[in-house]
Amino acid sequence: MNRNVAPGHRAERRSPGSPSGFVLTDLPAQAGVSLKPVHYDAILNEYDEAPDRIGFFEIHAENYMGAGGPPHHYLSRIRRDWALSVHGVGLSIGGEASLDTEHLDRLKVLCDRYEPHSFSEHLAWSSHGGRFLNDLLPVPYNHATLTRIVEHIDELQTHLGRRMLLENPSTYLAFDNSAIEEVDFLSEIAARSGCGLLLDVNNVFVSAANHGFDPAAYIDAFPIQHVGEIHLAGFSVDSSMGPTLLIDSHGAPVDDRVWRLFERTLARTGPVPVLIEWDNDVPTFTTLLDEAEKAGACLSDVDAEADWRACVA
Amino acid sequence: MTGYQSAFAAALLDPEASPPLSLRVRDGDSMERCFAVYRNNVAVSLVDALAERFPVCQRLVGEEFFRAMARLYVAQSPPSSPLLMTYGDGLAEFIAAFPPAQSVPYLADVAYLEAALTRAYNAPDAEPLDAAAFTAIDPETLPDCRIGLHPSIEIIRSPWAIGTIWSANKDEHEPAALDPSQAEDLVVVRPSLDVELHRLSADGHAEFLIALAQGETLSVAASAASAACADFDPADAFAMLVSLKLTCDIRLPSS
Repeated sequence: MNRNVAPGHRAERRSPGSPSGFVLTDLPAQAGVSLKPVHYDAILNEYDEAPDRIGFFEIHAENYMGAGGPPHHYLSRIRRDWALSVHGVGLSIGGEASLDTEHLDRLKVLCDRYEPHSFSEHLAWSSHGGRFLNDLLPVPYNHATLTRIVEHIDELQTHLGRRMLLENPSTYLAFDNSAIEEVDFLSEIAARSGCGLLLDVNNVFVSAANHGFDPAAYIDAFPIQHVGEIHLAGFSVDSSMGPTLLIDSHGAPVDDRVWRLFERTLARTGPVPVLIEWDNDVPTFTTLLDEAEKAGACLSDVDAEADWRACVA
Repeated sequence: MTGYQSAFAAALLDPEASPPLSLRVRDGDSMERCFAVYRNNVAVSLVDALAERFPVCQRLVGEEFFRAMARLYVAQSPPSSPLLMTYGDGLAEFIAAFPPAQSVPYLADVAYLEAALTRAYNAPDAEPLDAAAFTAIDPETLPDCRIGLHPSIEIIRSPWAIGTIWSANKDEHEPAALDPSQAEDLVVVRPSLDVELHRLSADGHAEFLIALAQGETLSVAASAASAACADFDPADAFAMLVSLKLTCDIRLPSS
């Protein structure tokens, strides 16, 4: 069956400082899940007739940059019935060097082919000196890096002809030359570039624990009018060589404390598209969907008429 | 910007290097430990990517050996592209020159085969030709035609029985005894969704396919195969092209 995602489903969130005509996201304000190849068959066999149980799927852009084969076959099938979020992990927006124009072209091809409901990337760098390091590496927050990142986001948004969402990182280190708080840094990037923000609540919790700040205060200060999507994931704990360090592992259920932080976030944002990310030790699709339905229940609980409407009016 | 990323990246890839200056951690924690999270993420995620792409190599030498070897490869040849599906194309060459792996002399060729299998998985889609496409061509003209082979094709010649070794080790069950020292010619192709691995059992078929891949006509390819193998049977080789779904295009000779 085909299900066109009706405009009525959309979150239709607009940001006051945004370029006119761009909505923050076309994703439905429902719970989605990461799309994993081990789940292709389960999804198409068991949920094709009940697509409403899954709000949307999110892919890592770089996994669908091959020329052909099963990834595109299955993604095309899934895109027919579900909303799609494309989440890049390799553009290195926080890189000191210029953006990789070949990679920009690949992202453009992918977005043109699948017309996703959202495109997002990270406040991080992952390539340097011709090497791809396959991790989301930290950036100092100061005026020089701000300017550079806004330039990169401008370049990306112009190249893709669409707005992007920028995700807050999980970090284990800070920089001496950081002069701006992360929340203010993201807020300023959104205001200058017109991009939206992807608020990863697990990343907030992980970074707060690792740097010793209050995650609730971070959420309360976050510029929610720019939030187009929320991420939730599990972390792992390392207590082996010092004070407890939380690692953003994407390999476990969402922690209870992160669920509570998520509810605090929703009380501010109202219903927003939310993704359960699970990239390592991937469970059965049923387990993943159970986690998504928990997130969906939180979305149902928040008053759809919450004060976020006042913020964007 | 400040230019911190060169020092940061260098220290990520070199476990002996100190974390760059100008970083800080919370009170009571250590810089080495927090930097090691990033260092570990880089190494482990890239070793994992190789383990996922080369599962039979890992089974042949064991997880511990494979991961130690992969870690050296990562340090020596980190990816140049964010497309990790291509990472490890050079692993076979690395293994061939890696002294500790020489006790498994076919390991490099198995790595080459596994890389070819994933290249085929991601290769462009194309509909293979059936026999009717060939019978539609004037039999007088056919020998002078060139053949567009399927874009997913890889032809592999090894002095080792790497196809048999791969098949015996691709699943968890205990592999049957086999003689690794039998040379094998293989073709990898993905005519539709599934990647297929075929052993070319008949003499001259590899030479025939290689000549076609180089753009030779059917008759020139057959001559090359005959010159290499006296027993080469062109009709048999032609049937192989169709039955294995290796062709996508017949290019008529230009007049």
